[in-house]
Amino acid sequence: MATYTPTTPIDHIGGHKPPVPPASGGDDGRGNGGGIPDYGARLRRARLGLFCAIVTVCMVFISLTSAYIVRQGLPTFDDTSNTYVHDWGEVHLPWLLLMINTAVLLLSSVTMEFARRDSARQAALAPVRSIPGVSLGSERSFPWLGISVLLGFAFLAGQWLAWGELHNRGFYMNTNPSSSFAFLLTITHAVHLTGGLIALLWAAGSSLLKRPVEARRIVVDVTAWYWHFMAVLWVYIFALLALAK
Amino acid sequence: MATPATVHSHAPQGFIRKYIFSLDHKVIGIQYFFLALTAVFVGMFLSLLMRIHMIWPTASLPLVGEIKPETYLSLLTMHGTIMVFFVLTTAPQGGFGNYVLPIQIGAPDMAFPVLNMLSFWTTFVGFVVIIAAFFVSGGAPLHGWTGYPPLSALQSAGPGEGLGADLWITSIAIFCIASLMGALNFITTTLDLRAKGMTLMRLPLTVWSWFITAILGLLAFGVLLSAGILLLLDRNMGTSFYVPLVVVNGQVMLHKGGSPLLWQHLFWFFGHPEVYIAILPGMGVASQILSTFSRKPIFGYKAMVYAMLSIGFFGFMVWGHHMFMSGMSPYSAFAFSILTMCIGVPSAIKTFNWLGTMYKARIRFHTPMLYAIGFVSLFVSGGLSGPFLAQPVLDIQLHDTYFVVGHFHLIMGVAAIFGIFAATYYWFPKMFGRMMNETWGRIHFFITLAGTYAIFMPMHYLGMAGQTRRYSQFTEVAYQAKLIPLQTFITVAAIITISAQFIFVINLFWSMFKGPKASDNPWEATTLEWTTTTPPPHDNFGGVTPVVYHGPYEYGVPGAPKDYVMQNDPATYAGASSH
Repeated sequence: MATYTPTTPIDHIGGHKPPVPPASGGDDGRGNGGGIPDYGARLRRARLGLFCAIVTVCMVFISLTSAYIVRQGLPTFDDTSNTYVHDWGEVHLPWLLLMINTAVLLLSSVTMEFARRDSARQAALAPVRSIPGVSLGSERSFPWLGISVLLGFAFLAGQWLAWGELHNRGFYMNTNPSSSFAFLLTITHAVHLTGGLIALLWAAGSSLLKRPVEARRIVVDVTAWYWHFMAVLWVYIFALLALAK
Repeated sequence: MATPATVHSHAPQGFIRKYIFSLDHKVIGIQYFFLALTAVFVGMFLSLLMRIHMIWPTASLPLVGEIKPETYLSLLTMHGTIMVFFVLTTAPQGGFGNYVLPIQIGAPDMAFPVLNMLSFWTTFVGFVVIIAAFFVSGGAPLHGWTGYPPLSALQSAGPGEGLGADLWITSIAIFCIASLMGALNFITTTLDLRAKGMTLMRLPLTVWSWFITAILGLLAFGVLLSAGILLLLDRNMGTSFYVPLVVVNGQVMLHKGGSPLLWQHLFWFFGHPEVYIAILPGMGVASQILSTFSRKPIFGYKAMVYAMLSIGFFGFMVWGHHMFMSGMSPYSAFAFSILTMCIGVPSAIKTFNWLGTMYKARIRFHTPMLYAIGFVSLFVSGGLSGPFLAQPVLDIQLHDTYFVVGHFHLIMGVAAIFGIFAATYYWFPKMFGRMMNETWGRIHFFITLAGTYAIFMPMHYLGMAGQTRRYSQFTEVAYQAKLIPLQTFITVAAIITISAQFIFVINLFWSMFKGPKASDNPWEATTLEWTTTTPPPHDNFGGVTPVVYHGPYEYGVPGAPKDYVMQNDPATYAGASSH
């Protein structure tokens, strides 16, 4: 049998290596007590949650892309000629309109980034502002968030016009497999973008509701990253529709 | 935007905020648990109807009357769907994961409590929608839980394929969204809310299993959601993603050129990881309980973690083994076959580590331990038939026979259910503050274990003899009629086993109100949930943030005053590991 050392609380050991090196542990710095929100930790948590959400959206579009490629390459049995034929017809997309929409969305991504940086700056200055007698001057911040929301709605309106134009050209959801995918991909993207718009409106509303500027900053920050992701995703969808016709 | 956990440290007042739309992960966990309990009884009732019909095909049964072949198909579809989604996915992850994970990592709540509440109520809506399928015109769908098109994609394909099938796929889509919200929350919580000192390699294996399950869910449910949207469009918008040129009742459908195999690929890309979503939490619970009641550290902690990670990893590469009979290239089948058999390696590592944990141990045979041992037993017996089915050559014979039914019920169904039972008996004292009755727990265990084997082992023989699954009646097929006596035996075993489940339910509810009061740590376990009061306060640790000093399985530590060392014990012991 081995001999056992007595138990000793680590606090009273000099020079003895304690059993806990928690430096790499899961402490997330919320040891502030008293229910005071730690906005740094909350921001990191929200970004991590957003990252998971983005992974999911990626999986949705990866599976739609694989379905796109499989369906495109698939020969189909034609009962009139009794042979296998390819039924993937070309969709005449309104390219000019879609280019304009793309430009609008990319521009909104830029304005969104300005909004994000602006809200981060406001949050950083908030403690200074709260000191009695300290004034940072009457600076007027540019309404980047409002512009981003407007551009977002403009993009959705542009997409609506594009779907209408597709209908005018005789392409509906069930016209042929390529038109099915064109509608499916663009509508799925628009649904996800609408989610981002709702978050932005929430952020704008929260400033009216006098919520803490730090809390608003978190909403704006994660929505901005989501918005950038939506822009990249749209470019991807656009490229898929343009290059893999 | 969800309110982070640290903000709402005060307990909510009022019945609705406290028990209905609660943000407390413990209440939400219990809500998930009772949802799954309701679902499992619905699913079990459906299986009972099927079993009785199988040996007594002309009988008129209560609630459903005479069971026609299409009614039988509806029963099996709804049984499979309800069990897989609303029981095997809901109870281990949503129920116990929600209740225990935050406490085990030393957090006051989940990372996003509002999202957590939304995730439960979305699941609830999904359940209501699928139950509604029973009551609409045409009844429940009949395309099986796998929903293969073209049967599932055509409104006119059968009596339940109208509104019933729309509700079925809508329910699954709702469930996907709920699960994605849950997975996001689990991952963020595990990564970001661990207490000081709770390094990844000090996480209880239960937390590892819920964490890996959440990653699988995050990657898999999005694919099922896409597949479901395509199916809904095919059904209602006239698209042809899945439907080829097809004739129904002499009428040529308008669809053309779609590929039924596309659905199978997308579905099984979700479907196979789903098997691990169901079973991984059971593995975590079994590890936790085997170590606790063996009073020994888990054998090979790191190997257990890496085995679970590799099971999760390989789980995404083997979906094709469900499709050997779909006409896939033999080269693809070969690759899927080899990859499938690779999963045997981490599974064997886990099994041997469980046995190593129990080896030469002074085991305390309490009910949770019995169920954990039962889990290992079912995992082995259900798992061993896996490599048979992974061989394309053998699968030609065994595909769509009772061999497959026996295999997946043992490994995915009942093994996971045993994990749920083990977890229930183990955490019940913490959740409800009282102990469950031990004697009735043991009686429940032995009947359920024997019953399970009596039901599912003979199915392997039926399958090898060529009995096909999904047939509602065998009396008209000469070679299959000879197997009816074995089916009768299975039905009798099923009736006894199902009846025994009422012992569990009565024990559960009786103990909730009348059971003896539980101490804070009745099992003398080491993890953080046993350091707090029973049941835990609203913020789990009463305003104290725990600090972790030890690994989760410090049993039989030389020099320690007791035979176990709590994770938050600040003392140092010569024999304790501090990795």
